[in-house]
Amino acid sequence: MLPVRTEYYLVLSAILFTIGVTGVTVKRNPIVIFMCIELMLNAVNLSFVALGRHFGHIDGQMTVIFVMAVAAAEVAIGLGIIVAIFRQRESIDIDEVALLRH
Amino acid sequence: MSAQMVLFAVLATLSVVTAILVVVHRNPVRSALSLVCNLIVLAVLYLTLSAQFVAAIQIIVYAGAIMVLFLFTVMLLNLGAPEALRETGRVQGVVGVALGLSFLAAILGAGTISAGLGPSAATEESLRTGGTAEAIGRHMFEPGLPWHFAFELTSVLLLVGIVGAVVLAKRRL
Amino acid sequence: MEPLPTQNLVWLITGLPLLGFLFHVFVGKRVGRAVVGYVACGVVLASFAVSVIVTLDMSGLPAEGRRAIASLLPGISEPAPWIEIGSLKASFGALVDPLSMLMCLIVTGVGGLIHVYALGYMAADRDHARFFSYFNLFIFFMLTLVLADNILLMFVGWEGVGLCSYLLISFWYEDMENSKAGNKAFIVNRVGDIGFALGVMAIFATFGTLVFHSPDGGGFLDMAARGVSEYGALTVGAATLIGLLLFVGACGKSAQFPLHVWLPDAMAGPTPVSALIHAATMVTAGVVLLARVSPVIVHSPVVMTVIAVVGVFTALYAATIALTQTDIKKVLAYSTISQLGYMFLGCGVGAFASGMFHVTTHAFFKALLFLGAGSVIHALSGEQDMRRMGGLRGRIRVTHGTMLVGWLAICGMFPLAGFWSKDEIIGYASGFGTAGPFLAALAMTTSLLTALYMSRLMWKTFWSSPRYGDASSADDGFGGGGAANALNLHDDHGGGHGGGHGGTHGVHESPPSMTVPLIVLAVFSAVAGLIGTPWAHLFKRYLEPSLAAYPAEHGIPVMAGLVVGAAIAAVGMGLAWALYAKRREQGAVLSDEQRQRILPWRAAANQWYVDAAFTRAFVVWGGAAATAVWRRLDDAIIDGLVNGLGTVTAALSERFRCAQTGLARLYAMTMLAGIVALLAGVVAWGLSR
Repeated sequence: MLPVRTEYYLVLSAILFTIGVTGVTVKRNPIVIFMCIELMLNAVNLSFVALGRHFGHIDGQMTVIFVMAVAAAEVAIGLGIIVAIFRQRESIDIDEVALLRH
Repeated sequence: MSAQMVLFAVLATLSVVTAILVVVHRNPVRSALSLVCNLIVLAVLYLTLSAQFVAAIQIIVYAGAIMVLFLFTVMLLNLGAPEALRETGRVQGVVGVALGLSFLAAILGAGTISAGLGPSAATEESLRTGGTAEAIGRHMFEPGLPWHFAFELTSVLLLVGIVGAVVLAKRRL
Repeated sequence: MEPLPTQNLVWLITGLPLLGFLFHVFVGKRVGRAVVGYVACGVVLASFAVSVIVTLDMSGLPAEGRRAIASLLPGISEPAPWIEIGSLKASFGALVDPLSMLMCLIVTGVGGLIHVYALGYMAADRDHARFFSYFNLFIFFMLTLVLADNILLMFVGWEGVGLCSYLLISFWYEDMENSKAGNKAFIVNRVGDIGFALGVMAIFATFGTLVFHSPDGGGFLDMAARGVSEYGALTVGAATLIGLLLFVGACGKSAQFPLHVWLPDAMAGPTPVSALIHAATMVTAGVVLLARVSPVIVHSPVVMTVIAVVGVFTALYAATIALTQTDIKKVLAYSTISQLGYMFLGCGVGAFASGMFHVTTHAFFKALLFLGAGSVIHALSGEQDMRRMGGLRGRIRVTHGTMLVGWLAICGMFPLAGFWSKDEIIGYASGFGTAGPFLAALAMTTSLLTALYMSRLMWKTFWSSPRYGDASSADDGFGGGGAANALNLHDDHGGGHGGGHGGTHGVHESPPSMTVPLIVLAVFSAVAGLIGTPWAHLFKRYLEPSLAAYPAEHGIPVMAGLVVGAAIAAVGMGLAWALYAKRREQGAVLSDEQRQRILPWRAAANQWYVDAAFTRAFVVWGGAAATAVWRRLDDAIIDGLVNGLGTVTAALSERFRCAQTGLARLYAMTMLAGIVALLAGVVAWGLSR
């Protein structure tokens, strides 16, 4: 019997994920949007680890490690892009970076 | 309520609060610091899930490396001042929060009506040693499992990331 | 099947002409004209020499052992695999047996003589190298056709000779008529080739193999001879299907009714082409095919009857047309169709050896006649209309003498080649069941017509009074040909003989390179029949191992048949003599106006309107149908669908374009809303259960 039920962790994960999603939709600073994406990734990681413990399997943790590696690469590139955009336009308001419009 | 349950409740509350702070702070530096707190709380949660190695990595990679990158970028672009960016209009904020809440309701509802997880398969052994560096290392390179292939792929990904970052950081894009 | 001591030489038979072709293609333009000509003749004559060696070697074996599988590629003894897909296997193998070696001898022997003839005939043509490259390529494909050890490789040769035929008919492609004639030959042959291709598939479906003979008796001809298929006994239905499909192919290649329409038009090519491809070799490929698959055909009485009836009908039909033609090459073209009809009749009544015997003798005398006609045309500087010939007996003596032999041979006069082979076919036809006498009567009628139209040709060309100089256009420099023939002259002679000659002074005997092949062919036309007399049967015994054993019988006594045959020929010749001897001056029995008034004559002169009917049915109506499909189906429906799809997409995109705001957060929100909707759907679905 587990000391804390896995479902609680999953609910916590869902709440954290929702906060991240909401942040992505309401913030206009791309750096903060990136942070919110990290929040979402962490929420998913939490459910991976919790489910891994539940099933007594180590694969959940394996996945988390790779998610972290990908997240690290993603942040490096994403922040690089933000710096590059800022250099060009002196602003990083995400609503102003709308080149892909009709 | 057991001690573990109390600990979980405290950690869960802390993590939710810090996560909300990330979103609501107008100053990106404060958001970043809230995120650091959130990541550390999550690391402790990993410990309660007997995932010691992942907890350690969480501190080193996320709370360490990635957060430094964030702060560094914020400083570099000198966006510290709250007036650097106009914040979202009221309508957008309301819509965003409403969507987020309905998403939470939907995902919890979907979880509630699902068949459930069933009894746990965890054993004393898995709880005690399932998250050590040794267990993860052995599992990663176990012949017959696909993880070492993913490991190799990750090395390529990181290499591409390094090259990409260098290209982006050059003066002339 | 024992290996032949000389079978490692077999690849040379096909390899040498291919080498010649490659030589002409890659260096032909850089070396002198003489070199090209000598190489072209050299490789074919060398190939002939190899064929003789292999044939002699094979003939030394006992009759039942005269069959070997050789490789068509150098340096290996086993045939190299070509296609291997599951049980479908085909290799670059040669089947060395009496039938294939006979055809090799004919193709390289007669072909070699025609090559030599072409040296003189094409001497002045500016596309000398191109001509000889096609000629060598044709020999290569024809040898592949006859030597192939499986029917798929035979099909390659079959298509290859069709290609060369097309290339050579439209050799003087600058004249639209020639190009059209080439297209016609190619397209009509496609109809037959579909039959051949379907026949190949039917063979594979029935026997599970495409190989003719294999050492373990697993070839489909071995199986057919034993009366078995892949699934037990060989049914009459399967044999009928295979036989009819292959017969369609044979009809196309060998110009049998109703697929004969391309052959007269094919005379647009240079005369050596007409002699080589459209008289001696390629058009007999259909007969070779039937003889090759004879073990299958004899299983189906239906197929045999169809072949015999189509053959005899074609023979008679073409003979009536030949009687009315005024172009010397057209007469010979219809005569070829008619003679091919005899060969099919022979195959149809089960006398495959007789059919092949006629192929052999016909190769000699028809090549001779064509080359002789070419020599006449050459002498008259491009004139092909017999109405403007005459009186050439004394002027071109060698040509006249040799054509005299050819004339006697094709008429079936004792003891020349055509006498023996034609009478043998008629004899066997008379014994073919209840239809036999009827078939024989038609064949004899054709025989009479043959003597008549060939005598007519000889009278008009050689024995009547000269008419080429008396035309009002005698001073136009083209020997009476008139303006219309100026083009023809230019074409057929590459301009080499035109300007210098005027009027009758232009009549000249051909150079030795043309007369020597004529003399050789005349000798063979005279004596070749002696290998197949009813008393010795040398030819039949030689071919026997290759052909199906079918109990064909003579319906009339052999001697009676021979006597009647010679008598018919004599009657035909005598009739012509009676008609033309009195009218030496005009060289014609009827004037042009009279001809037009006689309805059957007019009909025959117009090919009994078969060509016109085909034009109406396929060109006019078929073209209209194709246009309708193009306009109604392709343009309206298919294009409409495709274009409509594009238009609708473009219109919709125009509407939805405003959704592309470029605002990343709006996209994220939309995505989120979509996910919420999906999850809500899942929840609703879960609750409803």
